[in-house]
Amino acid sequence: MISPEISRTLVLVAGLAALAAVAVVSVGIGAHGVAPAEVVRALVAFDGSGDHTIVRDIRLPRAVVGIGVGAALGVAGVLVQTLSRNPLAEPGILGVTAGAGFAMTLGAALGLNVSSSAELVLAGAGAALAAVLVYSVGRTSPLRLVLTGVALSAVLAGISLGLRLMVPDVFDRFRFWSVGSLAGREKDPVLLPLLLIGLAVVAALLLARPLNAVALGENVARTLGANVSRVRLAALACITVLAGAATAVAGPILFVGLMVPLALRPLAKSSVPWLTAYAAVLGPILMLVSDMGSRVLLPTGEVPVAIVTAFFGGPVLIWAVRRYGAGTL
Amino acid sequence: MSALALRAGRRAILVERRTLTASAALLTALAGLALLGLCHGASWATPGEVLAALGGSGDSVVVIRDWRLPRVLAGLIFGLALGVAGAIFQNLTRNPMGSPDVIGLDAGAYTGALVVITVFAGGPLLLAAGSVAGGLAVATAIYLLSSGGGLSGLRLVVIGIAVSAIVTALNSWIVLRAELEVAMAAAGWHAGSLNGVDWADLPVPFVIIGTLLVVMAGSAHAMHQATLGDSVAAATGVGLRRLRLLMVVVGVGCTATVTSVAGPIVFIALAAPQIGRRLAGAAGVPLLPAALTGALLLMGADLAAQLLLAPESLPVGVVTTAIGGCYLIWLLAKEVRRR
Repeated sequence: MISPEISRTLVLVAGLAALAAVAVVSVGIGAHGVAPAEVVRALVAFDGSGDHTIVRDIRLPRAVVGIGVGAALGVAGVLVQTLSRNPLAEPGILGVTAGAGFAMTLGAALGLNVSSSAELVLAGAGAALAAVLVYSVGRTSPLRLVLTGVALSAVLAGISLGLRLMVPDVFDRFRFWSVGSLAGREKDPVLLPLLLIGLAVVAALLLARPLNAVALGENVARTLGANVSRVRLAALACITVLAGAATAVAGPILFVGLMVPLALRPLAKSSVPWLTAYAAVLGPILMLVSDMGSRVLLPTGEVPVAIVTAFFGGPVLIWAVRRYGAGTL
Repeated sequence: MSALALRAGRRAILVERRTLTASAALLTALAGLALLGLCHGASWATPGEVLAALGGSGDSVVVIRDWRLPRVLAGLIFGLALGVAGAIFQNLTRNPMGSPDVIGLDAGAYTGALVVITVFAGGPLLLAAGSVAGGLAVATAIYLLSSGGGLSGLRLVVIGIAVSAIVTALNSWIVLRAELEVAMAAAGWHAGSLNGVDWADLPVPFVIIGTLLVVMAGSAHAMHQATLGDSVAAATGVGLRRLRLLMVVVGVGCTATVTSVAGPIVFIALAAPQIGRRLAGAAGVPLLPAALTGALLLMGADLAAQLLLAPESLPVGVVTTAIGGCYLIWLLAKEVRRR
């Protein structure tokens, strides 16, 4: 009999191995295919050939961005679902990413997007505002929360489109914010947002144990010695940073934060720390697979990755409503 | 509140006096907006010139009769259709949020239209047929997926939102896959727009919508009986199965026909029935005020879309999305406060 801790660690190691394999395959797939063996060779023994340059300068950075964004969205999904105790919650569906995207569009219209750190601040502020607004309107039921988020996303999308049409030249660069995509993002400075995502993921892991207590209910948490309001505030800050940074890098991507925690629930049982750790691995896997899909679904060019995640995620939402939503009507 | 009985032969209907007053006021406002829509354009025409041009005299006959009139008429008729479709679905789901645009029928109709355009390169009739087929397919899917939870409640709405997300992704994929020219034409009405509507686009949809509205007007009374509860409806001689099927067909038909010409114009169907209902001070969600309010909203939104960024013309769907989404949030917030 293996102890649960060891079996959970084994699952985590297996997940990491799967992530490595998916990453190598994803680096090889695209308009110009590179064999997995050649990918590994480019990484360990770079020889300057065309294949190796593609791998090192384009595909690898893109995979790194995908891993960062996937981890951010997956972990943010776990935090949102645990905090709101709502299995349908997700930063994308709740309009938090839409808020971040809209804040960046508006910032661009007003000329505030002077540097990548300014963009990050804008994205974070938009995400936080949207989260507070949606939560205050929809907190009474899981389904209502979803509906409020969708409504807010629709409003912001409409206004963003109007803004982009008003100033077409300025907004050409920001067009991708209406539909999330990883294409071409490796060329922009992404070090700062990725660093922030890394820090926030670590913070979320540290926060997971007290959050576990909060998930059991306010009174139980107090008895266990957790400072409920401080834990909630810290978790909200993590969600804001994760969703804001992911949106700043890749634009609004829906459903990843929904699918990852739902898929992991049976594995992690009710342990929030393990759920968070698994999400930091499964999120990137899902993101890389979706990104591969976005590169092969069209004969030429690419589908934005947010469209691929909607294909996968819509059915998951339907399943979740049928499974968890019934009790709240 | 006093009511009037209108009699025509053996049939009689009971109408609230306030409903009549509200409808008259809405009609007047519609006429005013229509005139404004005909006057406004790249160059302003005075009302006198407009009336002369409609009669066939003056310098601006072509501009007014061939360019502006189809757009104004499209706004009027499509608004009527969307308002009625919204009222029908809000009656069916007994939920002010259960309107066809929220649960993704527009998106489904748009898929049907896209398939017709990209695969068959079809004309208006085929386009309308494809849209209706797409809308019906989505309606069936949502109905089957929400089985067990019944027609009412937020569950159906959220499942509709999920279906809508999948279908919207599918639509984007079709547009991206299509050849450039086709894609440009399709993307033109991705957000829902009356830009570039001309006479050639209109006869088929107008006939379809007209037929559907007449059919629905005949069943309006039965629909109101049905909202009183299944047993009351059955006791007063309403065939619920047949009625519901008819309502779904008319609702989807109206939404899909509008979508086949103008693309998915969202949130009119959501807001019009509720606003109309309050104006008319009526119980339930009546059809006539919903239809008139829908027309008023769409024409108003289209004028706003032309004015906001003049001389550029926004897709009207952008305006309706921004306004209608705010309305939806307000609706949700109000329900929370009531608890």
